[in-house]
Amino acid sequence: MITGILLQTVQTLLSILLAPLLMGWVNQCRAWLQGRSAPPITQPYRTLRKLFNKDAVIAHSASPLFRFAPYMIFACMALAAGLVPTIANDLPFSPAADVIALVGIFALARVFLALAAMDIGTAFGSLGARREMLVSFLAEPALLMVFFTASLISQSTELPIIVQTLAHKDFVIYPSMAFAAVAFWMVSTAENARIPVDNPTTHLELTMIHEAMILEYSARHLALIEWAVALKLFTYSVLGIALFVPWGIAQRGDFAALPLALVAMLAKLLVGGAALSLQEAVSAKVRLFRAPEFLGTAFLLGVLGMLIHFLLEV
Amino acid sequence: MTIGTQDWNLTQIAAHIRRGRVDAANLPALAQAVKDEGGQLVALWGSDDRFVNNSRDSDSRSSPRPQAGEGPGVRDAGYAIHIACITAAGLVWISAALPETEPAYPDLSAIFPQADRMQRATFDLLGIRAAGAVDTRKWLRHKAWNEDEFPLRSDFVARVASSESPLATCHKPLAEVDGYAFIRVEGDGVHEIPVGPIHAGTIEPGHFRFSIIGDRVLKLEQRLGYTHQGVEKRFVGMDLAAGAKLAGRVSGDSHVAFAWAYCMAVEQATLSAVPDRAAWLRALFLEIERVANHLGDLGYMGNDVALSFGFMQFWRLKEDWLRLTAKLFGHRYLFDRIVPGGVAVDLDEAGRKALRAASKRIEAEVRDLKVIYDEHATLQDRFVNTGVCKPALAARLGLTGLAGRASAQAWDARAQFPQAPYDTLDVAMATARKGDVQARSEVRFAEVFESMRLLRALLKGLPAGAIQAPLNPAAGVREGIGWVEGWRGEVIVALRIAEDGRLDRVHPHDPSWQNWPLLEVGILGNIVPDFPLINKSFNLSYSGQDL
Repeated sequence: MITGILLQTVQTLLSILLAPLLMGWVNQCRAWLQGRSAPPITQPYRTLRKLFNKDAVIAHSASPLFRFAPYMIFACMALAAGLVPTIANDLPFSPAADVIALVGIFALARVFLALAAMDIGTAFGSLGARREMLVSFLAEPALLMVFFTASLISQSTELPIIVQTLAHKDFVIYPSMAFAAVAFWMVSTAENARIPVDNPTTHLELTMIHEAMILEYSARHLALIEWAVALKLFTYSVLGIALFVPWGIAQRGDFAALPLALVAMLAKLLVGGAALSLQEAVSAKVRLFRAPEFLGTAFLLGVLGMLIHFLLEV
Repeated sequence: MTIGTQDWNLTQIAAHIRRGRVDAANLPALAQAVKDEGGQLVALWGSDDRFVNNSRDSDSRSSPRPQAGEGPGVRDAGYAIHIACITAAGLVWISAALPETEPAYPDLSAIFPQADRMQRATFDLLGIRAAGAVDTRKWLRHKAWNEDEFPLRSDFVARVASSESPLATCHKPLAEVDGYAFIRVEGDGVHEIPVGPIHAGTIEPGHFRFSIIGDRVLKLEQRLGYTHQGVEKRFVGMDLAAGAKLAGRVSGDSHVAFAWAYCMAVEQATLSAVPDRAAWLRALFLEIERVANHLGDLGYMGNDVALSFGFMQFWRLKEDWLRLTAKLFGHRYLFDRIVPGGVAVDLDEAGRKALRAASKRIEAEVRDLKVIYDEHATLQDRFVNTGVCKPALAARLGLTGLAGRASAQAWDARAQFPQAPYDTLDVAMATARKGDVQARSEVRFAEVFESMRLLRALLKGLPAGAIQAPLNPAAGVREGIGWVEGWRGEVIVALRIAEDGRLDRVHPHDPSWQNWPLLEVGILGNIVPDFPLINKSFNLSYSGQDL
């Protein structure tokens, strides 16, 4: 039990600390693909340090909610990161929430972010909050469909059992999971405010979705939100790994497999981050009202995955 | 020359440029005749003619006093209103004298809607009123001077606000000071987004007031004038060489166009001739400027749809281009390379070769990039049918220049009314009909290719000889107008030289004056997140119209 708690703590901290590195890697790859010289992979850490050392500027009209939201958002993402198996499976914290609760945790963070954005009363904040809700209420059902497909296969909505089934039972090819994987990739793109749904690097306020909501934040609050954003990308990435390419994640009590699990995870993240940056390099941002079509496609693929499971795999 | 059925008694002052004076009361009839002929009003400005002949020593400046019988043109004039129109025969510059007390002229914005903002600005600067105009709100005046003061009048005394003598507008709440009455859209669920004047990114200041439902734009209203620097006032009393520097800085991205138009006006006013080689080099500079700006804009349009690849590629090419320009001519944007009487820098044989090689290489790369833009589905989805300015509307509102050509407004001074050396080059005009972002991008691509062709033709035919000739000494009050097709559209500089040989009144006109209002129309029915892209596809100048 003690080792379990220890391992759980290590894994959660590892996620929190590694998250900016993944962000740095994606940025680096994107710069290379655009033919620019890239910032160092550690740039996100430097940005965070810079922001933590600054004095926060807060609007006069801000309510306590505005100050509180960054902590809440960061806590939600840290919680989510703790729930997803990254290197070890079936840790003591895992039974606390299943995949459906995980979707709820993401939603909770989003609600606070949107409320904080509207709290100040600027036009951009409400504009961003409105668009974020448009994107997320379409993304959530698609994400649930992906989870349902995975849980139909493993007969459980608990992540450890899903991972256990997919990684450590007999090797079976599940066609349904191929559809679910594409759907999951699309949802992740939208949920993490990446191109083609949103542009994380734009300076054009009028086009922003996620960034418009955090325009009023500065210093430590902004740092926490930026970190939470990195953590969200990391959590989605390891979630994708756990669902679709879980091989390498250590089984319960198998400490010898941990170093290999860590290497496997890092290798998968490298590939995933490079793939994301490739997608961002070759695509343009879709018109805002095409985002529902994009997510509708993701939902459709999720549903198809489920249907195929019933048709072929039962 | 006749416009419509009437002979307006115009005299030709240069190739394709005519000058005339009419009574202010006849201005609407003239404007209507131009309109009926298919022409457009391109510029409107005023001048204070009360003290033109006074010498400019410090005594007379501090206590200017009109003397009987002085003043240009009509001798009893107090003020004058000037309009420049493009007609089938070229540019027509019409002036009308106005009385010293209560100067007013009949409103022209009912005939040419593009006159509206120019009329309002003319009132803010000179106190010349357009009688009968519907919109009499201020335009350029924010809070730097009082309502009853007119900075361009020669007896205006600039005051610096201090605690002893505050401007009447100081220390009042901003809403009361500016008090600009935006047009409100009322109704359920209508939401206003104020954007600017300070924006993210390195762009000039301007205020945009969107009225929206959801993300759909019901109305956009612009409030400009934040970069008003008193350029026209600064010109007063400058010598001719210094004026060229200032003229080029009216809008930095159109430096060559403004500097050339200014020099053309000066040379016309002083009856000076420019050596052939200088004229050819000026055209070369103008095409270099056009290519640089088009490359930058095409990149920006890619960036605004988050296709960073396009942005990086076009900006790499632009940077190569600018560096080569700096190497050959000593300045990336060719600042101060055009001077009255000619150009300040020559091009040697090695430079010629380098420029030709660069133009070929960059043209080939742009052709490749065009294929990528054309075949990128998402980019096409964002460009096509976005920000449409239909040809009929463009014609009614006077859309001009590059944006105009993308909406079937086929005006290009280089092609239709060519000055030397364009008269030997047979410029092909690029036009499109749809008037959307894609059309403006297509016109840019076509103009890059045409400019590259012109560039090589200019390099090939570059005549030998001097690059500068001294100006003839000016005698008496003299006037001139320069007209150059810059990359954004026609740039006009009209000027008057006083008896002492210094500048008395200079009006630089940027095509952004006419095109800004079209942006308000082009965005209608589009969604808010498409605005930056539409805006960038026009890429209008703030400082060019704020002056």
